[in-house]
Amino acid sequence: MSIRALIVDDSSVMRKIVERSLRQAGIELAQVFDAGNGAEALVVLQQNEVDLILCDINMPVMDGLEFIKQLPGVPKAKGVPVIMITTEGSEAHVVQALSCGARGYIRKPFTPEQVKEQVLPVLAVKQ
Amino acid sequence: MKTANQLFATESNRATWTPLLELAAREVFSLMLSSELTPAEAGDDPIPAVTSMVGMAGQLNGVLSVCCNEKAAAMMASKMLGIEPSKVGVEMADAVGEVCNMVAGNFKNKISGLGDGCLLSPPTVVTGSDYSLHSSADYPALEVRLLFEGAPVAITLQIHS
Repeated sequence: MSIRALIVDDSSVMRKIVERSLRQAGIELAQVFDAGNGAEALVVLQQNEVDLILCDINMPVMDGLEFIKQLPGVPKAKGVPVIMITTEGSEAHVVQALSCGARGYIRKPFTPEQVKEQVLPVLAVKQ
Repeated sequence: MKTANQLFATESNRATWTPLLELAAREVFSLMLSSELTPAEAGDDPIPAVTSMVGMAGQLNGVLSVCCNEKAAAMMASKMLGIEPSKVGVEMADAVGEVCNMVAGNFKNKISGLGDGCLLSPPTVVTGSDYSLHSSADYPALEVRLLFEGAPVAITLQIHS
């Protein structure tokens, strides 16, 4: 399975870690796009199709929750699963993210196994 | 209902929180940097070259900081990015900032009621050693000193009332 992923995080270091974790989880990446906040991610999605979005919550300009609320208005993002990756790990944050449309939730710090557990099921459903 | 600040004011809770702060740091370094922190000896004080701070507001008000020397900061970025320490550039500050952010988040998630009741600011990173930090903290700071790849790292939580 080879996928196109969009990684959204205001930390470039964290974007690299997420990409590496996907590869370590055995997920083959055909193409990786990245964005520093939700607004940049929406621009990426205007021009590119992706199979998976991994998104931080706390970001400047447009945070992750606002970003996923805007996704239904982006034709190329229709049906693309979003998984949140964030330091905010409380029950309330998880519920909020899922109610906004996220399909999974990974709390930092995380292991590649935790990434795999969240990502593989949503990719399987998409296929 | 008592705020976390009020709970922290008791000596027994302060004693409980220090190991949680250390555990939060150890987990971040182990999971995200594949590195096990080791205990520091007396006198293992970092010469501050990179200091990252994350503000906490809500049930707990304060600042969590991570301070280390340049070698440790470069090593953090190296481990996180999978590149040689000599190749690390501007990513150094970003790496220490993200470590601080994760330690703060991991710590608050270990204390009942803080996960929902306390928000984190984005990290602020200061580089260089010629600075003074003045805080309005009115409780004794929690401080954990550990060695990361042989270099001292200081993790401090200052609590404001």
